[in-house]
Amino acid sequence: MAELDIKDIVKEENIVYKKTSVLTDNVMHYCPGCGHSTTHRIIAEVIEEMGIQDKTIGIAPVGCSVFMYDYIDVDTQEAAHGRAPALATAIKRLLPDRYVFTYQGDGDLAAIGTAETIHACNRGENITMIFINNGIYGMTGGQMAPTSLEGMRTSTTPYGRDPGLMGHPIKMTELVAQLPGTYYVTRQAVHTPNLVRKTKKAIRKAFEYQKLNRGVSFVEVVSNCNSGWKMPPVQAVKWLDENMLPFYPLGDIKVPEM
Amino acid sequence: MAKVKGAIVVDTERCKGCELCVISCPTHVIAMSKKVNSKGYHYAYMENPDACNGCTNCAVVCPDGVITVYRMKVEEKTEV
Repeated sequence: MAELDIKDIVKEENIVYKKTSVLTDNVMHYCPGCGHSTTHRIIAEVIEEMGIQDKTIGIAPVGCSVFMYDYIDVDTQEAAHGRAPALATAIKRLLPDRYVFTYQGDGDLAAIGTAETIHACNRGENITMIFINNGIYGMTGGQMAPTSLEGMRTSTTPYGRDPGLMGHPIKMTELVAQLPGTYYVTRQAVHTPNLVRKTKKAIRKAFEYQKLNRGVSFVEVVSNCNSGWKMPPVQAVKWLDENMLPFYPLGDIKVPEM
Repeated sequence: MAKVKGAIVVDTERCKGCELCVISCPTHVIAMSKKVNSKGYHYAYMENPDACNGCTNCAVVCPDGVITVYRMKVEEKTEV
């Protein structure tokens, strides 16, 4: 068999995967291997597949993903810390034909914004919430978050999180699944190709359900924070598999009854 | 019998060298270059291009979306 040159394969008509045009060409400021970048990319891919770039409004949080508007080429509004669900409520009620999604980390959604999150979910606002859970405050230097695991070492719990002193980690996704206002609640991850594909399907569903006007679609993405966990990316992914996933099991928690 | 051949092109300036593509590649095509890009990151490249079948795993897992994947079917002649 004649050896095929790479130049023969690298042709426009043979492309099977390339970066979506909904992502801008700006280089993301996230650390190498960060789950935020992957999640941004798959949200952009879902928006491109559904052809809703002109009709989507994103709400950026405070946290590492505060610059989301620089990377995803859709209309984006920046919310005060934790108040993304409140802002999304307002935007969706004023412009009900738009697809509104919030993108929040665990410091934003599960700590300072717990009240907004729970009440938006309880009211059953017709929005999509994407929750990045990496169990740490990544942007501010790796302090303990409400979602930090028991015994997890962070810069404010150098001997590990002690539940007797600092409380137990909070499972926001299970919590909001109990509320009548949520329509679709799921937990996914983005550190292996297979899980990325599953998460993309989940985010696609979450956007599709906005058409039905039935309530909040809530997607948690268990992610890694290499800098906060102080590990190289490959080791962080392994640590995530061994420690985060047993406590935060993946899968659909509330699915619509058909 | 038709065989599937693939190739990847890495946007080396945007690659941050996280190595997630290296551990995701089922055919061990990708390795990290000894050279660095202008930001000082060792970037991914095809070390073993013959084994690539264009499965897109590396591109799907790449956080920064720097990998473009190409795939084509090649008619393979049976050797006599």
